[in-house]
Amino acid sequence: MTQDNRRFAFAVALAATLITVSTALAAELTGLRGSTPVDQEIAPPPIPNEVNDDKRQSRNYPEQPPVIPHQTRDYQITLNANKCLTCHSRQFTAQSQAPMISITHFMDRDGQILASVTPRRYFCTQCHVSQADTPPLVENTFRDIDTIIGAERSEGSQ
Amino acid sequence: MKGLIAKGWGLVLQTWRILSRPSVHFSLGFLTIGGFVAGIMFWGGFNTALELTNTETFCISCHEMRENVYAELRQTIHFTNRSGVRATCPDCHVPHKWTDKIARKMQASKEVWGKIFGTINTREKFVDKRRELAEHEWARLKANNSLECRNCHNFEYMDFTRQSQRAAAAHSTYLASGEKTCIDCHKGIAHQLPDMKGVPGWDVTDTESMDRLRAAITTAASD
Repeated sequence: MTQDNRRFAFAVALAATLITVSTALAAELTGLRGSTPVDQEIAPPPIPNEVNDDKRQSRNYPEQPPVIPHQTRDYQITLNANKCLTCHSRQFTAQSQAPMISITHFMDRDGQILASVTPRRYFCTQCHVSQADTPPLVENTFRDIDTIIGAERSEGSQ
Repeated sequence: MKGLIAKGWGLVLQTWRILSRPSVHFSLGFLTIGGFVAGIMFWGGFNTALELTNTETFCISCHEMRENVYAELRQTIHFTNRSGVRATCPDCHVPHKWTDKIARKMQASKEVWGKIFGTINTREKFVDKRRELAEHEWARLKANNSLECRNCHNFEYMDFTRQSQRAAAAHSTYLASGEKTCIDCHKGIAHQLPDMKGVPGWDVTDTESMDRLRAAITTAASD
């Protein structure tokens, strides 16, 4: 068996394994489509209402961009205007009582602190999104750091 | 020139002589009743024509409106929503009261001028002029205390308990006291906003770095 042939055989074996694994995963991970084959359409579920209660949600980890607890329909975030910043920018938070954009938003990629939001943080909905109160589509086993530390402590004390 | 003025004056005098004397050929009855009927027809015709120019169909018969502002309106809650009540162009841009409407219609002759000379007949020209046009509308709504908004959204009947907390807080203070009017906070609810540099309440970005971002995006788009 030459070097090339061996490589080819390895590639085939790897591909076969990947296909098997991904098929197995696909059977478990039933998202919005459910188990409907890709060549068929499903009847789309109703669009849920956006959460609009203005109650801050806790973050799952400190770096998580906070989620938006209000509707944002028709909010314009363009090069010309940014509706979010009319409440959340530093100068308007006293008037609006909205949380100010974090200080990380003032630092550009060269580490320079600017007078206001930097272009790389300007498009709010890249990270922050409005929420809908719906059950998760797939199971999520994420545990936050306090849960993990708590579990370890209780294990250690036993 | 002198001859022309004399000729004109002569015409005026002649007309006055006809109007100031009793009619020889027509009866008084014919003239009064005929005048009355003609008056109704003229008035009816005038108002019908006026109303015809006060429809959305008329507004979007020009591509300037159809392809720019109307296309943008179609995305918003004033065009499509759960209850199907919607605002058409004249609902927000023409006063409903007759005298105000006539005043606005006279101003609109400027728009006819713009149409004839193609002031915004391309997308680029429209975008370049958007700030100026928007400022006219903001100034108009500010001056009339957002009259066209209030034709539908009446403050007296607003139920704060049915509004979100943020909305109720703003409406029960700034709006209730008359310190602000609708357009002060609700700019760009039906159309895309122009560059908001220098607009109070909107100018919140580091202008220099935003200019750099704009330049970068424009370059990327043209590549």
